[in-house]
Amino acid sequence: MSASQGSTNTNTEPWGSFEDNNIIQGSGSAVIDMENMDDTSGSSFEDMGEMHQRMKEEEEVTAEAAAIHPDGVVHFDQLMGKVFLKLLIYLVSTQVWQAGKQQASKAFNLYANIDILRPYFDVEPNQVRNRLIESLIPVRMINFPQKVAGELYGPMMLVFTMVAILLHGMKTSGTVIREGTLMGTAIGTCFGYWLGVSSFIYFLAYLCNAQITMLQMLSLLGYGLFGHCMVLFITYNVHFHSLFYILWLVIGGLSTLRMVAVLISRTVGQTPRLFLCGTLAALHMLFLLYLHFAYHKMVEGILDTLEGPNIPPIQRVARDVPVVASAVVNATIKSIAAVVQSQ
Amino acid sequence: MAEVEESSKPLFAGLSDISISEDIPVEGDISVPVGSQNPDDDFSTLDEPVKDTILRDLRAVGQKFVHVLYPKKSSALLKDWDLWGPLLLCVTLALMLQGGSADSGEDGRPQFAEVFVIIWFGSVIITLNSKLLGGTISFFQSLCVLGYCILPLTVAMIVCRIVLLGALSSVSFVVRLIVVTASFSWSTFASTAFLADSQPANRKALVVYPVFLFYFVIGWMILTFSPSP
Repeated sequence: MSASQGSTNTNTEPWGSFEDNNIIQGSGSAVIDMENMDDTSGSSFEDMGEMHQRMKEEEEVTAEAAAIHPDGVVHFDQLMGKVFLKLLIYLVSTQVWQAGKQQASKAFNLYANIDILRPYFDVEPNQVRNRLIESLIPVRMINFPQKVAGELYGPMMLVFTMVAILLHGMKTSGTVIREGTLMGTAIGTCFGYWLGVSSFIYFLAYLCNAQITMLQMLSLLGYGLFGHCMVLFITYNVHFHSLFYILWLVIGGLSTLRMVAVLISRTVGQTPRLFLCGTLAALHMLFLLYLHFAYHKMVEGILDTLEGPNIPPIQRVARDVPVVASAVVNATIKSIAAVVQSQ
Repeated sequence: MAEVEESSKPLFAGLSDISISEDIPVEGDISVPVGSQNPDDDFSTLDEPVKDTILRDLRAVGQKFVHVLYPKKSSALLKDWDLWGPLLLCVTLALMLQGGSADSGEDGRPQFAEVFVIIWFGSVIITLNSKLLGGTISFFQSLCVLGYCILPLTVAMIVCRIVLLGALSSVSFVVRLIVVTASFSWSTFASTAFLADSQPANRKALVVYPVFLFYFVIGWMILTFSPSP
């Protein structure tokens, strides 16, 4: 059943033999049809690779045909074998590509999924409003653990609000930041405080066996920044130091007391309570103090002095900082002692 | 012989009768598609001159500007979102707000990169926030809306610049304050007209607040801008 030679049409079989000239020169054969197959994989790199591959295959096929049968006679079954082999290779490579793509997209959906954070943002506006107001009201019951909402919308919005207020304060005080930008400093300060102090207090809570999770700590400290925002908003615009001290004690103290009460209700033992709550109270109150004084005109003088020797001496108003510091420490310890004794 | 086969193999009895008889015509047409068939060829934009492409994109951007300036409940910004307009606005604003170096004695004006980063990261955070709160809008649609709604603030910046060409007095400050406040509330209102529809009804306030804060910070940067002497 060998194919006929050259272009002579012997037509030995009743159904018409395969004609070589149709196969080699023809335009409707199976080899060329494959090139018009619709590929919907969607990747341009793959398409380019495939086009290149197909062109190479075409060359190989014709080269093999020319090499094996220099007289132009090609066995159809050998050609079909090669065609099937190439088809198989193509199908396998497509499947490997598809499988790899699916794996990659599954991994991406698993790890880069923002739905992980979705339950922490599931709040209503009136819930946020209530929690904001409650953050200034210390609760008296410290005998059993108080409920802390694990939510991140309120804290995040409060941190961003504090960034905005800080920017305003820095601008109106004329602070010059030489190594860095105003915005970067504000964002770094606020987020650094929220995340850093939360982690630190969580670590201390772990040491003191307090029953609080990281999410709850983040939420608690975030809502505690509401008092800070209010104080800073008022005092960056109304520059009376006595007003600041009063607000610092009252509003700062209330939000600190709320956080301290929640932590006390979740800790057992006098010493751990004192340690944990003392640290938190100190950090929280001192942060507000720092934010107020850091962006006053006197800081600009300090920055200038640190920079170079040719700056004229700074004009500073002398402050009794040791008196202030001892007043802070006394007030904090008294409040903690009062809370501990009232349990 | 056929009977013997039928009795010995009753299961396969009928099979020997099955054959394709020659009087059943087996025919048909097998058409091989030659040449490409994709309908995209009719809309291929690779061959048109560059001027056409640019003009078409500019016209789309301009149309969206009009939608922002007169915010009706239309879906033009959402359906064909593009980020050319926000990029143009952001670069214009950042260029105009750019300050000199800190050594020149000025109080630190925002640098180009600072404004750029604030706008884009602010938009990304607001988009993430609205998606986490259960919004149905997609990521780039939200970026597109927030970017286009910076247009009133850019206009306010241009007006402030013109006002500052005159004397730096309290009158000019009041004028600038009014202009910036008006444009910032316009921006917030325009963006909520587009964004708030995609949220569940009771959470609109939660989505509007970060947008308000975002445009407030940009408006504050515009208001506190003072030109170099």
